[in-house]
Amino acid sequence: MEQHWKSAKALFGAVLVPPLFWLALFFLVPMGIVWLYSFGENRGLTEIALTGTFSNYLRALDPLYLKIFVKSVGIAGLTTLICLVVGFPVALAITFAPPKAKTWLLLAVMLPFWTNLLIRTYALIAVLRTEGYVNQSLGWLWNGLGSVVAGLGLGTLAPFQPLELLHNNFAVVLGLVYVHLPFMVLPLYSALDRMDTSLIEASLDLGAGHLRTLFTIVAPLALPGIASGVVITFIPALGSYLTPDLLGGPDSQMIANIIERQFKRANDWPFGAALSFLLMYMTFIAIALQAVLSRRRGERG
Amino acid sequence: MAKRPAPGPLEYLRRWPLQLWLAAVGIFLYAPLVALMVFSFNDSRRNIVWQGFTLKYYEKALNNASLIEAFVNSLTIAAVSTFLSLILGAMAALALWRFRFPGKAGFDGALALPIVAPEICLGVAMLVFFAKVLPWPQDLPWPLNLGAIIIAHVSFSFPFVAVVVRGRMASFNRELEEAARDLGASEWRTLKDVILPHMAPSLVAGAFLAFTLSLDDFVITFFTSGPDTVTFPVKVYSMVRFSVTPEVNAASTLLIVLTVVLTAIALKVQGDPASTAGGHAALDRPKDRP
Repeated sequence: MEQHWKSAKALFGAVLVPPLFWLALFFLVPMGIVWLYSFGENRGLTEIALTGTFSNYLRALDPLYLKIFVKSVGIAGLTTLICLVVGFPVALAITFAPPKAKTWLLLAVMLPFWTNLLIRTYALIAVLRTEGYVNQSLGWLWNGLGSVVAGLGLGTLAPFQPLELLHNNFAVVLGLVYVHLPFMVLPLYSALDRMDTSLIEASLDLGAGHLRTLFTIVAPLALPGIASGVVITFIPALGSYLTPDLLGGPDSQMIANIIERQFKRANDWPFGAALSFLLMYMTFIAIALQAVLSRRRGERG
Repeated sequence: MAKRPAPGPLEYLRRWPLQLWLAAVGIFLYAPLVALMVFSFNDSRRNIVWQGFTLKYYEKALNNASLIEAFVNSLTIAAVSTFLSLILGAMAALALWRFRFPGKAGFDGALALPIVAPEICLGVAMLVFFAKVLPWPQDLPWPLNLGAIIIAHVSFSFPFVAVVVRGRMASFNRELEEAARDLGASEWRTLKDVILPHMAPSLVAGAFLAFTLSLDDFVITFFTSGPDTVTFPVKVYSMVRFSVTPEVNAASTLLIVLTVVLTAIALKVQGDPASTAGGHAALDRPKDRP
């Protein structure tokens, strides 16, 4: 049973005050200032007047920025969907793996997750760029094919055209999937691992195929895990800065890149603050949706 | 009647479509990293075709004073912020696990905010905070000039530690504490001799999590670092912006090796990788399955 705080005031104060103080001063205060700035206006170079205006939020509705918001949601949504499709079989395989293999597979999923994000992004650049490994390999294959064709006396192939794999939306989605796949696999695994396997066995015994069992038994049972995996993947993907910055082209900017520009180059803090809080609100909405969905399920079950 | 549940149907790992899938995902996740590491030994500036083995890019990376400085900065920041995050995180977890108090739900919710808030929002908040409220002098002697970055890192790390520690404390048998008290141990003595030992594994997991979070962070550091307080990710970022060079490959390989070593140590201490996965994902799964 939890203890009432008054029964051990000294200990309670000692353990609560430092984290509370830190959280308030070094998190809530900075966030609060940004929130206030979102209702402010630029006065001169560094002065910001808190005028209580909503003009910064209205500016975010400008088609130029609205398009970026919609595009960011689309990219994050697509990333989440691909992660789910790619990650679900992986989570399933881990769940039913023998204990020893399970440990290694979990480790294999988590190791890239612990590796520096910048290094992983850089590794992708090296793979995707015009003279990168993918284009190199394709070039060799093409040339090999070319010499076979020439050897058979069927004429010559056109010289190899490297594919444009980097600095476009494709690269951004690929990069986001690459980075966020572990975020999806771990919650899925955690949900599947808790599942009552006798239900699957019953379904298989009664003659349902593996795919049918997967879609009618496993997926509905794993729904809470799927929901949390979707949210855990979607939120960081929506707010990602580095991937679109390094892998994207001029038209693959996402919300975070626009926010960064307001604070660093454009020096329009109030507008950047408004954009940043719009992103926060979108995050909260995603979390609230998940909470509502899982609660509704809980009531039914 | 007593038909033994055949283990066969559920051994998905032994079915070839799934094996193929796993192999493809494995290649997707690891091929870029392996290529990066292999080509750090490649004796070619252009770094695409294998020209022969060399260590010269390691020599170059290790002689690059600004790169080394950034690396040392990163390790220092990670060490200090891990230490502070452990203390604050354990305290927050204890307060939430142990006590009933007014405003508890509020504290709990606020503590989750740094975990869910997008990095970019935290980054700009820190930029504004250190520009307007607490200007951090840039000319302080090392390592004090890293203070702003350390503060920012603690702010997003310690809530993660709190989650991990609290998950562990859920399995604590409160009768042990009562027994200790009945036997005459004081509040503090109970904390030190009964509660802390139970908490210990989660402190290891929390430390590992906080250290990697700090070492990994680019966005928030990008907004709090100045010209003299460059961290490894920020430095690599500026190098990558210009070109893909074998030197970056060499430096990255060193960091990957460091990550793998740290992971191995954490696992050795911890035993089960699932418990270092971070957060609740692994902590609340059932103990055993037949």
